[in-house]
Amino acid sequence: MTTVDGVRLDAEPRPGQCLRTFLREHGHHAVKKGCDAGDCGACTVLVDGGPVHSCLYPAVRATGAVVTTAAGLPEGPADPRPRFAAAAGFQCGFCTPGMVTTAAIASDPLADPAQRARVLQGNLCRCTGYRAIADALDGRRTVEPDGGIGASVPAPATDRVVRGLEPYTLDGDAPPGTAHLVVVRSPHAHARVTRIDTAAALAVPGVLAVLTHVNTPATLYSTARHENRLDDPDDTRVLDDVVRFHGQRVAAVVGTDLAAAEAGARAVVVDYEPLPPVLDPETARDAPPVHGDKPASSRIADPARNVVAALHQGVGDVAAGIAEARRDGGAVVTGTWHTGRVSPASLETHGSRAWVDAGGRLVVRTSSQVPFLVRDELARLLDRPPASVRVHTARVGGGFGSKQELLTEDLTALAALGTGRPVQWELTRTESLTATPTRHPMRVSVTVAARPDGALTALAIDVLSDAGAYGNHSPGVMFHGCHESMALYRCPNKRVDAEAVYTTTPPSGAFRGYGLGQVQFAIEGALDELARELGLDPFELRRRTVVRPGEDFVASADPAEHPDDLAFGSDGLPQCLEDARAALDRDGDPAPTGPTWRVGEGMAAAMIATIPPRGHRARASVALDGGRYRVRVGTAEFGNGTATVHAQIAAAALGARVDQVERHGGDTDAVGQDTGAFGSTGTVVAGSAVARAAEALAAELRGKAAARLGIAPGDCVLGPDGVRAPDGRTVALTDLSGARAEGAHGGSPRSVAFNVHAVRVAVDTATGEVRILRSVHVADAGVVVNPQQCRGQVEGGVAQGLGTALYEEVRLDDAGRVTTRVLRDYHLPQFGDVPRTEVLFADTVDALGPFGAKSMSESPYNPVAPAVANAIRDAVGVRPRRLPMTRDRVWALCREAAR
Amino acid sequence: MDLLTVGTFARPPDDLALRALQPTLGADRTLLGGGTWLFSTPQPHLAGLVDLTALGWEPLHVDDDGLTLAATTTFATLAGVDPAAHPAWPAVGLFAGCCEALVGSWKVQRVATVGGNVCLGLPAGPMITLAAALDGTATLWDRDGGERTAPVVDLVVGPQRTALAPGEVLRSIHLPARALRGRTALRKASLSPLGRSAALLAGRLDGPDDGSGFTLAVTASLPRPAVLRYPAVPDAGTLAADVAALGDAVGVGGGWYDDPHGSPAWRRAMTLLLAEEIRVELGEVPG
Repeated sequence: MTTVDGVRLDAEPRPGQCLRTFLREHGHHAVKKGCDAGDCGACTVLVDGGPVHSCLYPAVRATGAVVTTAAGLPEGPADPRPRFAAAAGFQCGFCTPGMVTTAAIASDPLADPAQRARVLQGNLCRCTGYRAIADALDGRRTVEPDGGIGASVPAPATDRVVRGLEPYTLDGDAPPGTAHLVVVRSPHAHARVTRIDTAAALAVPGVLAVLTHVNTPATLYSTARHENRLDDPDDTRVLDDVVRFHGQRVAAVVGTDLAAAEAGARAVVVDYEPLPPVLDPETARDAPPVHGDKPASSRIADPARNVVAALHQGVGDVAAGIAEARRDGGAVVTGTWHTGRVSPASLETHGSRAWVDAGGRLVVRTSSQVPFLVRDELARLLDRPPASVRVHTARVGGGFGSKQELLTEDLTALAALGTGRPVQWELTRTESLTATPTRHPMRVSVTVAARPDGALTALAIDVLSDAGAYGNHSPGVMFHGCHESMALYRCPNKRVDAEAVYTTTPPSGAFRGYGLGQVQFAIEGALDELARELGLDPFELRRRTVVRPGEDFVASADPAEHPDDLAFGSDGLPQCLEDARAALDRDGDPAPTGPTWRVGEGMAAAMIATIPPRGHRARASVALDGGRYRVRVGTAEFGNGTATVHAQIAAAALGARVDQVERHGGDTDAVGQDTGAFGSTGTVVAGSAVARAAEALAAELRGKAAARLGIAPGDCVLGPDGVRAPDGRTVALTDLSGARAEGAHGGSPRSVAFNVHAVRVAVDTATGEVRILRSVHVADAGVVVNPQQCRGQVEGGVAQGLGTALYEEVRLDDAGRVTTRVLRDYHLPQFGDVPRTEVLFADTVDALGPFGAKSMSESPYNPVAPAVANAIRDAVGVRPRRLPMTRDRVWALCREAAR
Repeated sequence: MDLLTVGTFARPPDDLALRALQPTLGADRTLLGGGTWLFSTPQPHLAGLVDLTALGWEPLHVDDDGLTLAATTTFATLAGVDPAAHPAWPAVGLFAGCCEALVGSWKVQRVATVGGNVCLGLPAGPMITLAAALDGTATLWDRDGGERTAPVVDLVVGPQRTALAPGEVLRSIHLPARALRGRTALRKASLSPLGRSAALLAGRLDGPDDGSGFTLAVTASLPRPAVLRYPAVPDAGTLAADVAALGDAVGVGGGWYDDPHGSPAWRRAMTLLLAEEIRVELGEVPG
């Protein structure tokens, strides 16, 4: 008998069961699964008062023990939960129950910075960058109870999140009879499936069905989801008879429980005929075609050459620009940079549950940023009308772009329809690290030329993007990556030569920054080198060369021939540069002493469009129900803070208190249309739709009240309790209940947001260790709707940028198999790895965004790695050109410098 | 994670019961220490577990001969041994540092065991480093009721490969008083501040009464642990040549270790650097 949160649990655990699943099986869903391997801490519980990773703890050993989860921590002064609430110490919140149970230990070790890093080593947060968590531990209050635009009100779900009571995708009771799905994966990087024998698997007790390429639709689609489904090549099958990367899905086994499904998966016999692997993107264009079998309707640029997408375009004359720089005594810089394969690694892995409801409709509950787009493509794959499919999310445990994909829903839906039972599939962390999309690795060559005063005369890039085995997001990432990175700089002669190529490696996909981080790593490095050659301060070089209001945004296309909808809704870039320069010189840790340490500074700038091109739609409705406003949106909350921002926007438009607003989102039943939560659109697109709906409702309420009061609507003031006339007469909100209005936004026109990151680093030339002594980030987000949340977005982006810069890489062996299969081997930044970053906001008001706001989700990531690289160059005299800049690589670089 | 193929979980309450279960151990039935590794990765070959944590083995036994650690002693228990309580044994100061070197979190250290770490045989296993530096001897129970002893450093023969016989139980590790009287130094290199060891070196200098010998354990940068012994602190050139030879040797099982935690070339350089730091630290006359 175990006692859990004060309640007896009499059940007997299974012999090989860990405490995590034992607790969850019995309804204790405050215990999360982030890694299932003792690395992330999301499942931390107290056993007889001591914290353990419950995924590693044999459940049998907890017999007779007192177990405490985040939901059952004792209230009182030592309770860490109110402190996490007061400091907004979470974003998606999936790690939070494990954080608070860990923080529930005696506070002494948490007070000492060195010990704190050790205590929190086993608690990973992928969203916050840990500053807000440090504030929680320190007892700082950074949220305010109420307020409109510009107030740091807490996330509406705060109390439930810190108590572990907020349901995520697979929390809450599964529908009765839920079966489980396990996938058989390819042991080859490239092979033809010549035979699948499922007889033995079907004979395993509890196995309900085995899905293979034989009994699933052969329809070609893309796992990537966009507003326009034609944006991505249709090159993927649910289950294919050719496998194109090590770890690709080959079959899916459905069992009454996970043990049966796993046993069935082991019993599936697959014969493969190996095909030549294509592992090197540099030679891929001359290699055997990976998708040579695809029709023109798949929209692959050149399948015979393994080219998914290509862009060869320019303005002016780059050669003439180079000649001009040379003639005038300026400088010409050329170089090549490489970026790594990085995993989004949201703490909640991909997973979904599918079932058929009483009305015959297919319902899918999934961890997704794009429920509407998943519904539309599922309907297409299943050959059903979209109205016969409902897709919804709970709170999503992080995404960062990785959930702008259809990765699990197809199989759970097919399995549910095939077996007549609800079916659940939750990816393991190893599946997530080895078989879900990563950032596109890129090789970027840059040529940049300038006159002695820094005026650019030529800017050209040659980009090779590794799509991996499928083209999901590869065209979009390539085009986007080569756009704002180039358009940021004024230069009459520009050229982009870019190709994305297939290899038989795990597919690349969408990830925060969507290509810009890779290309900017190269361009910002080249500009840093240019500044050195010209003897200019790198901030000053940017100040002189960045695009200014009134000028066209030119990446590589002539604006006269290719007009677009991008505009300067506001311009905070000069302020970002100035404030970052000034802040870098302030403060910072002292440099380590010793003869092998060198100190250097570096910076980088970045621009991003506030909305993706080619359409991004949102609809919203606001209804008055009694004295409360119910906002319905399509977009999901995955830690980006839109649930808070939308409540603030609605409250501001309606003169209401934030706590009068309830938001329902992430559901295809909520509104008619929503492209989804990607491209940093939660505030500017969905938020604009909410603003328009709320403003329309406000007008309607004033109009109705005015009619009752017999005065003009313009004389009425809408407030938290009702509509007030100048003479003090009031129509109560409850008397207007039932009023409802809608709003929409089509994603155009689009503005631009800016970010500048600057660091001072110390490098130990003997070991390659890089220490960040000072880190500053200035963001131009327009009017900041919620400063704490926006700061958290910036800090989280910076932390991910530092992970990319210094630690993270999905590594493959010579056979194309991923070797970084668990989080012990794929190093996500820990509490102790992330320095404090001073975050400043430019003071601008955007003409296009809601209440003057701009996007600020992806872009903080982009300038971080190049700033660190430029600082390392400044410190050691040799330029790092490959990410991540791990200690072994920096050490090798220093040896190169010494020669 | 759940080990879904495991159908039996035996929790012997005493040595007799464990001895009785030993003959049943094999490829599909294994010993369970803390479980922090066993439950961290799929084990589809396993049908049964024999849990060692209810045996009530005394975690630390101290006598004039030295200190004996039960295999079931947790990292947290070991790290909690107060060096001040053992003034004659300065090497006790190495315990906490070796525990800290575990890549697993502080919560893992509350559960993970000394014996489990040794038997896992990972190149970066810090209990292997500790035992190697302090001449640790393992006591092993064979499946027929017998017992043998062996140097811990000889038990680990490769990455996750040990010289344990089928069904054999690591009962304890004895650290001799002679080694505990030595002064020690520990150095670690890794790709991140608290990351997995890419090189983990522990050195020991015996006092004049114990012969003034210098011992250096080299782990994590090699596929299996290595120990270098000298009658006195060697000169820099000698030590560097010997350390380099450990990994530069070619052949089966040779070479500097290669995994995602650091390139072989860097590991070699860090091993040389850390060995020299240890040599200098221990060579200095304590003031």
